[in-house]
Amino acid sequence: MTWTDLKTALAAQDYVASDDLAVALHLALSLGRPLLLEGAAGVGKTEVARVLSAVRDTSLIRLQCYEGLDASQAIYEWNYQRQLLAIRAASEAGEAGKTVEDRIFSRDYLMERPLLQAITQDVPPVLLIDEIDRADEEFEAFLLEILADFQISIPELGTITAASKPIVILTSNGTRDLSDALRRRCLFAYVDYPDPATELAILRARCADVETHLAEQIIGFVQALRKEDLEKTPGIAEMLDFAAALMGLGIADLTQDPAALQATMATLLKTQSDRAQITPEVTARIAGKAA
Amino acid sequence: MSRVTKFAARDPGPAARMAGFMAHLRDNGLRIGAAETDVALAALGRVDAARPDMARAALRAVCTGCKDDAQRFGALFDAFWMDIGRVRTKTIPTQTSGSDSMHSSRDAKGETNDSGGQANAADTGQGEADSDGEGKLIATDIRNLSRRDLRELVRAEDIAEAEEVARRLGRAMRDRRSRRRIAARKGAGLDFRKTIRRSLSSGGEPLHLFRKKRPDRDRKIVAICDVSGSMSVYAQVFLAFIAGLMRSDPKSDAYLFHTRLVRITEALRDKDAMRAIGRLSLMADGFGGGSKIGACLTLFSQTYARRFVDGRTVVLIMSDGYDTDPEDQVGTALAALRKRGCRIIWLNPLKGWRDYEPVSAGMAAALPHLDLFCAANTLADLAALETEVTRL
Repeated sequence: MTWTDLKTALAAQDYVASDDLAVALHLALSLGRPLLLEGAAGVGKTEVARVLSAVRDTSLIRLQCYEGLDASQAIYEWNYQRQLLAIRAASEAGEAGKTVEDRIFSRDYLMERPLLQAITQDVPPVLLIDEIDRADEEFEAFLLEILADFQISIPELGTITAASKPIVILTSNGTRDLSDALRRRCLFAYVDYPDPATELAILRARCADVETHLAEQIIGFVQALRKEDLEKTPGIAEMLDFAAALMGLGIADLTQDPAALQATMATLLKTQSDRAQITPEVTARIAGKAA
Repeated sequence: MSRVTKFAARDPGPAARMAGFMAHLRDNGLRIGAAETDVALAALGRVDAARPDMARAALRAVCTGCKDDAQRFGALFDAFWMDIGRVRTKTIPTQTSGSDSMHSSRDAKGETNDSGGQANAADTGQGEADSDGEGKLIATDIRNLSRRDLRELVRAEDIAEAEEVARRLGRAMRDRRSRRRIAARKGAGLDFRKTIRRSLSSGGEPLHLFRKKRPDRDRKIVAICDVSGSMSVYAQVFLAFIAGLMRSDPKSDAYLFHTRLVRITEALRDKDAMRAIGRLSLMADGFGGGSKIGACLTLFSQTYARRFVDGRTVVLIMSDGYDTDPEDQVGTALAALRKRGCRIIWLNPLKGWRDYEPVSAGMAAALPHLDLFCAANTLADLAALETEVTRL
């Protein structure tokens, strides 16, 4: 599969990727390296992983990172409750201690968390480690170790080595700087807001029934809005919501009904100060330009 | 795109060229190890490497690691492979005609634009000597393209001393610990209530011990230093201070500006203090040129501040306030910054002068937005700030 094939395959799943992103993805797949995606919220970083799993026809395993995420949430944990019940039952049945111990520290009593799950699959899954910048730095170090040799040691069971190497995609919003070691181990792609042509293609792919004229207006409007000084710049998801809202209200032309247009701004502007800044006059001006 | 670089006939082959390219990237501040050369060659084998745009995209994915690097990569790639590099060194600094009415302690015939193309010209610091705050004050928005080796300016002892000052300041600025306790993995005390509650699911056996602690409410320091011509006399102190700050506090963040804003956090985190300053001089071309405080602060508040500045941040601006931009820009930028809930401290070296009044328009516009406005010329002055910042 060349990178153009990959791009076409992604497009077949309604994901319009830029050339840079397609090349980076292609390299990540063919070199077997993790891919780190960075970019503003709402540019489709997480979506890449979902679509990639559909293209490769494999499962998507997702690890959502947050502050305080630890090994027991990310890798594995023993099912203590079940173990305890087994011990109680065994003591009533008069079972010997050694056999009980062997039993309760077997795979049956192990709860697999995403990272362990990802390396025990037969078919290589897509492992999405979402918003890695939210996790603590200690976790990052830990993750590095797993990404380096794809094996996990469980003291009671021994070392579990990957049956197949998962396709790893990491995303980051840049709320903190990631360590150099992690960056060096990954391929990198910066996902930016799409250019008008790409965004139009995305809108077409996702909302097939938008009329050409309106679609162009929507893209022109959103692209112009992104240039305004906003606290929270609308992403692609917001643009799609906006289009859906316009369709729902039966608006065929942005300049046709200013009041309705201002009402739909709820889909694009997500903070109070942004709402205050984009007054109906500003909306009308941008819509007029986009028309 | 222009022609492709012709390599000498004795050039040993693609692997060596790739190694050369990696060295070129390393010289330009990208952090690349030996393993990347290997991966880069492998990556080129997977795409149509004869097409420059493909090769560029593939190598960008391999060699860069953050947004800034990724954006610079195109130019670096072209410089090495597309024969741009040799042309660029010959360019003469362009003189943009700008307002010439304002202030800079650099004298008019000064050193701003003499040594155009010579990278790393040995500038012996003579520039400072004859720009010592006397004579006419003239601002310039000419970028100073001569590159100055900052290692001549900042000594290792200064950094060690500054590190101590920065550590003390950081401690003074830091909030006391929070009064409330929150759940924590490695807390000091046990969370009895939670432990007992959760023990129900395991038949009354407290299998999991839950802990809690009083979290630190750290103040993060973001330092923004003006290194334009008018500030070059004080740059020694401030750069040493910033270098010390970066080394003592892993959460702090640092920027330089003159006519452009440059993030220097990464460069200053280098373990070797002098190498860090050396890397800084590579990034700080334009050092000692004109100043665009308004534009730089606006850019900062619109980009980096969204990521790095929050309610627990102290923004430390070190500048004399002499600006070539329209004055209200500084005020607007600071107001926007202020909205993020941070504290803003402005250290102005000129304030130490007798009879100093913040008359420069930029400074006057900034004043209403500042939490603290004080003088600082030397490390001792910075150390004396300790009591002031405790009250913030």
